[in-house]
Amino acid sequence: MRAPVTAEPVTPEPVTPDAYGPVRRKEDARFIRGKGLFVDDIQLPGMLHGAILRSPLAHARIVSVDVESALAHPHVEAVITGEMLAARGLAWMPTLSGDVQAVLATDKVRYQGQEIAFVVARDRYSARDALELISVEYEPLPPVIDAERALDPGAPVVRDDLPGKADNHIFDWEAGDEAATAAAFAAADVVVAQDMLYPRSHPAPLETCGMVADLDTISGKLTLWATTQAPHAHRTLYSLVAGLPEHKIRVVSPDIGGGFGNKVPVYPGYICAIVGATLTGRPVKWMEDRSENLMSTSFARDYHMHGEIAATRDGKILALRARVLADHGAFNATAQPTKYPAGFFHIFTGSYDLAAAHCQVTAVHTNKAPGGVAYACSFRITEAVYLVERMVDLLARELELDPAELRMMNLLRPEQFPYTGPTGWEYDSGEYPRALNLALDMAGYAELRREQAQKRLRGEYMGIGLSFFTEGVGAGPRAHMDILGFGMADGAGLRVFPTGKAVLAISVQTQGQGHETTFAQIVAQELGLSPDDVDVVHGDTDRTPFGLGTYGSRSTPVSGAAAVIVARKVRERARLVAAAMLEVSADDLDWSDGAWRVRGDPEQSARIPEIAMAAHSSLELPEGVEGHLDAETVYNPPNLTFPFGAYICVTDVDPGTGVVKVRRFIAVDDCGVRINPMIVEGQVHGGLADGVGMALMQVIAFDADGNCLGGSFMDYLLPTALECPSWELGATVTPSPHHPIGAKGVGESATVGSPAAVVNSVLDALAPFGVRHADMPLTPANVWSAIQGRPLRTDLAVS
Amino acid sequence: MRITVYVNGAACTATVEPRLLLIHFLRDDLRLTGSHWGCDTSNCGACVVWLDDTPVKSCTVLAVMADGRRVLTVEGLEQRGRLDPVQEGFARCHGLQCGFCTPGMMMTARWLLDHHPDPSADEIREAISGQVCRCTGYENIVRSIVWAGQHELNQHNAGASDG
Amino acid sequence: MQVPAQVEYERAASVEHALDLLARYGPEARVLAGGHSLIPMMKLRLAQPETLIDINGLGELSFLRVAGGELQIGALTRHAELLDCALAGEHFAILHDAERVIADPVVRNWGSIGGSLCQADPSEDLSAAFAALKATMVIRGPGGTRTVPAREFHTGPYETVVAPGEILTEVRISLRAPDTGSAGNKGSAYEKVGRRVGDWPVGAAGAALWLTGGTVAEAGIGLSAVGARNFAAAEAEEFLRGAPATEESFRRAGEIAAEHCRPVADQRGPADYKRHLACELTARALRTAACRAAGEA
Repeated sequence: MRAPVTAEPVTPEPVTPDAYGPVRRKEDARFIRGKGLFVDDIQLPGMLHGAILRSPLAHARIVSVDVESALAHPHVEAVITGEMLAARGLAWMPTLSGDVQAVLATDKVRYQGQEIAFVVARDRYSARDALELISVEYEPLPPVIDAERALDPGAPVVRDDLPGKADNHIFDWEAGDEAATAAAFAAADVVVAQDMLYPRSHPAPLETCGMVADLDTISGKLTLWATTQAPHAHRTLYSLVAGLPEHKIRVVSPDIGGGFGNKVPVYPGYICAIVGATLTGRPVKWMEDRSENLMSTSFARDYHMHGEIAATRDGKILALRARVLADHGAFNATAQPTKYPAGFFHIFTGSYDLAAAHCQVTAVHTNKAPGGVAYACSFRITEAVYLVERMVDLLARELELDPAELRMMNLLRPEQFPYTGPTGWEYDSGEYPRALNLALDMAGYAELRREQAQKRLRGEYMGIGLSFFTEGVGAGPRAHMDILGFGMADGAGLRVFPTGKAVLAISVQTQGQGHETTFAQIVAQELGLSPDDVDVVHGDTDRTPFGLGTYGSRSTPVSGAAAVIVARKVRERARLVAAAMLEVSADDLDWSDGAWRVRGDPEQSARIPEIAMAAHSSLELPEGVEGHLDAETVYNPPNLTFPFGAYICVTDVDPGTGVVKVRRFIAVDDCGVRINPMIVEGQVHGGLADGVGMALMQVIAFDADGNCLGGSFMDYLLPTALECPSWELGATVTPSPHHPIGAKGVGESATVGSPAAVVNSVLDALAPFGVRHADMPLTPANVWSAIQGRPLRTDLAVS
Repeated sequence: MRITVYVNGAACTATVEPRLLLIHFLRDDLRLTGSHWGCDTSNCGACVVWLDDTPVKSCTVLAVMADGRRVLTVEGLEQRGRLDPVQEGFARCHGLQCGFCTPGMMMTARWLLDHHPDPSADEIREAISGQVCRCTGYENIVRSIVWAGQHELNQHNAGASDG
Repeated sequence: MQVPAQVEYERAASVEHALDLLARYGPEARVLAGGHSLIPMMKLRLAQPETLIDINGLGELSFLRVAGGELQIGALTRHAELLDCALAGEHFAILHDAERVIADPVVRNWGSIGGSLCQADPSEDLSAAFAALKATMVIRGPGGTRTVPAREFHTGPYETVVAPGEILTEVRISLRAPDTGSAGNKGSAYEKVGRRVGDWPVGAAGAALWLTGGTVAEAGIGLSAVGARNFAAAEAEEFLRGAPATEESFRRAGEIAAEHCRPVADQRGPADYKRHLACELTARALRTAACRAAGEA
């Protein structure tokens, strides 16, 4: 067991707070006893169960749907079809990207697994049986599966439901200066180009998606227990889509078994459950199974990228260029701020000082499930980081420079911040060389290189791979960032009761990140309370303020800031009450050591609990000061935050079999001020496992007929404890200059930064074989094939 | 079919279909929702409980197969208000985040420590290799189990030295 | 979650009772042991038996013993029990090598040897291990008991010679070399490549060697997941008989084994890779088996 190494911060910091630190989690009490409340745990009187009939074909016209036999099943209460939904105007719903998605198919099916009909039955087993009683007649159509063929003239058109649509093109988007970049490339000594695929992946939280819909037919109140990372956004969407009055809808995210972006969108099953509850007048539970989760809910990535890097012979990187073909599946349902249809991909300039850059993204439809932005991608920053970190390694190989040295030469220097990059990014803070040096130190980099050289002489192959990344998280300023028109601000409400206990209501929803603890720590710190005296309420739209939800590592940057601000509002209100209590002017009070203290006479003081009691008492208060310690705020972040990190991965590769073993992984993260280092480390650990998984084994591939080849955990392989090494963590602290406590987000950093480190490591091991590049996942078959000079194309069926 | 399963020490009798999976019997019929399910193919291990003293994936066992047998679930770990050291270890060492895989992990950990009181980190990783966690990267799960093992050894030694 | 279709259930009180039940319920009845091969298929509705005959209570089918010059393994023996049995491991390290990489520790607690063999997945590991050991399967039916060599046990993917109405009761492995009767130093090993722990093999090879001096008296080579006939590499075994137990021999044996298999491309890998694994893993398994035979490993 290794304690994390923390370097001294360079900029001055406030005195180490008391309530911050590795406080044990409050939420654990119920989970370790098996007393969590997840959606499938919910049973309501009279509750029915829903099941979805899904298309076995990737592309087909629907000729007929016959549900008579299913309706005749003695345990079936209702069967909903696309036709029935169409009559209610619900057969289609808006996506988070301004497109529409079929709730239940009417004209065509457009991906294998697409929803056709919804059975509501007495129990889950009967519902499953009844699915087999529905007969659907299909007229198969040729599918578009290979994204690289989607724009071929004459390709089958996936979205003929859109008026006038005659191809599979969705959008083109670009960022940066094309001409300046071309000039930089023309003037460069060295240009390296590489195609690389970030294959389709899936977040696969351990709990699948689902909902219990409960309509009170008398009051009209619709209560939705749902696996959602954004309960308020969902509530408003349901209101708009289904025409239900918003104040009559309550969305409750109870305990969520992992989100990772999978639980951001509204899925057809949710709409069907609501309709089922409306039709039957009884609660309806719909829980998808794992194959449904993998085949139909929001996938991640699927970026076919072409990268180019231009440099001087000495290794100064001049420019970067990227062309991306983005496979969005049958419907455009990516979730990212409206102005950025390719998310934040244009941060692909990475952590380096560049003169010019240009990227261009073309998005296409294929006959696959919709999605793309998910799985801790920070809105496509995973793709961007992978591209730039692979290109830097390829450049190092070309120039015969050490990859660590090449990075060090080109990393932005502290004095360059705030830095505006060539694609418009404004990084506000960073100390990159320090983090990289710490990682190299922890890894024993020079020693590893010596070991590698010696092993090569013996015909043993180990690799050392680096990845340096800058994240932009905490979306975001409402002027620039909205999703479906909702500004990405977040609310918080704080109430302090007369005895000094507090309840903080936040809009972000936890799926394991520990909000009930860290947010209590934030408030406790600001108000001089114990975290045990602060309860955090989240996930219930009836009890919390509006906000856009938890994803994109935004909880600490946005909601965390909101919590600080609202606590400080309460503290300022408390100052006025304390002044009345102590019979001094409010200006004569200073806050220190958890109390308001009279300047020059600090023993004359009042702590929050006494002030709270006084506020609610008969104490006379000055004009305009109301008798309570409650406050609300909606926080509009002024900017994103910019966590960063330096990762090093050591692998051993068996060239006879292609098997890769991850021996070590060193991760130095800088997420600004760390409220709870134990929780921060846990977030990093989890993300590093994602990197191993994506780099070595995870992929959702398709065969030529559009059959999904990753529809179960037998084929969509997730790393276990045996594939993961013992993670070695380090930290530096570069506070965010704008966040009220200097904190940045961290939840996705490790998922963003780690895949490139693992891939770079394996390719470093294979360098003696002349292997230049191979795509993820680097399965044994792929590694061996790469050694033979024929790396596999991993998004399609192996042949 | 009428079955009696001894769950956490209590005899539970019910009439069930032969096809009913044990995990559904525990969760839906007995309302012991601490054990979870997360896949269709016996891979994820969220459903691990003990069947006659052995960890099994309860999604791959029929309730009728458990007729006359004993089942231990996470709800049975805490005894008379006292947490099992495994539970304590997970809380102390941040061995859980979303909590979904946790009951299964703890049931396997409890069995491991019962049979191998001082497991190495590698032995622990091997023991939980049939169970998936999406949140923790396994690091703190291993630490939690090491803590529990150490704690029990210390208790045992303290008890032994007291004679 | 995917759930099975309706099914009837009976519990057998003895082997005889199980055979009676099988006769009574006919060919749509299936024996249910650990269920870790059958129940997953039933949940996906790829298997839809009408009746399950639960034999988990039949202690008489659960044994691991050495008798009559054989290691005898009851069909109901759990994978975990075989892995835990020192006796089995001492005689045939290949069995422990294989069990260690079959599924995962929790599945191994309940999954049975017989269940895995009768599911007859072309990638099943024990099929290759028993093929290498040239084991014998014991099958009981209404007419009595019969034995079938492991290499004749499978008739195709997911098909065995166990007829409806019969039960696999035992696997027997000769302690001496099965064909030649040699009592030479024996050693065995199993090598498997998977995409991840617990995965079905992309390719796997098991080897059993009986050596006299530095010569191979007899060799057994089993292959899984690479389309080897009867899970065995008979031509490579033939080559090795009487050959020196050297690296060169093992490499050549691997090449011959690879020549005679018919791997199919799938998401685990392309055919040329699987063929390569057949060669590489055969050589490695032979190498380790030889070391163990010489008492070195």
